[in-house]
Amino acid sequence: MKVKVVVTPKAAVLDPQGAAVRDAMQHLGMPEVQAVRIGKYLEIEVDDKTPDLDSRLNDLCRDLLSNPVIEDYEVVK
Amino acid sequence: MKFGVIQFPGSNCDQDCLAAVNGIPGLEAEYVWHKNTSLDGYDAIVLPGGFSYGDYLRCGAIARFSPIMSSVVEQARKGTLVIGTCNGFQILCEIGLLPGALVRNRKLHFVCDLITMRVEVPDSAFTHGCAQGSLLRMPIAHGEGCYFADEKTLRDLNERDQVILRYATGDGKIEASANPNGSIENIAGICNREGNVFGLMPHPDRACEERLGSADGRKIFESMMRTVEARRERAA
Repeated sequence: MKVKVVVTPKAAVLDPQGAAVRDAMQHLGMPEVQAVRIGKYLEIEVDDKTPDLDSRLNDLCRDLLSNPVIEDYEVVK
Repeated sequence: MKFGVIQFPGSNCDQDCLAAVNGIPGLEAEYVWHKNTSLDGYDAIVLPGGFSYGDYLRCGAIARFSPIMSSVVEQARKGTLVIGTCNGFQILCEIGLLPGALVRNRKLHFVCDLITMRVEVPDSAFTHGCAQGSLLRMPIAHGEGCYFADEKTLRDLNERDQVILRYATGDGKIEASANPNGSIENIAGICNREGNVFGLMPHPDRACEERLGSADGRKIFESMMRTVEARRERAA
């Protein structure tokens, strides 16, 4: 099965990339764009018969795929 | 006195660190490959700068799982001095030996410059012999050096004198114009609560000879040497 993980910067963390893209979007004729946040998106192929898959995936997201100091993550199946 | 300089795949300041430490009388350094699992016999450990594992995912995110890192954590818990410069600082934050994190520079640019820092804690294991408020000049070269910590962590860092160095103007003022990367409160280097693990974005390893623009980096390594010597004298 394919598991999707979305990692986003926490609200308190500056996201200068997002701000630069927002400025570009406004400049390109979309003044209605108010904010852009840039994160990461991962697609993970995994054997869905694996025991404890959910909790192990969560551990992986917490320890490797995101840094809880600056990022939040969401696992989408 | 022997320093171990850890080499990760993608480290590129390992040779600078080795040369810097070896250039200080009384110190010798040798490389430790990241797949080793022991750090026995070293008086201090250096995590050098570079782009370990290509900085994939996040800077330091993959290096923190290198086999040697369990030994780094073990040594850190035992009180051995550990210094991480640049990418080494990022790895120490990723593994949780230092609080906070390093994120993309506020202005998005990779910054490569010679900067000034003010010594905020003169009696730390890494700034022993530097007067309070004295200034150190060292090079920086990084794209992700903007130090971030949440409010509580920041308060703790300040209350416990863990902010060792801040970016400053040439006359020692801590202000936005002297901040090269947007780091919160101009933080350039911090230590852990116990005071034996230190991380900084600037490169003391590239500032150990006057002909390179500054020899202030020597003060950091000499301070580490004095700290280890003092511990030995106390133990004897």
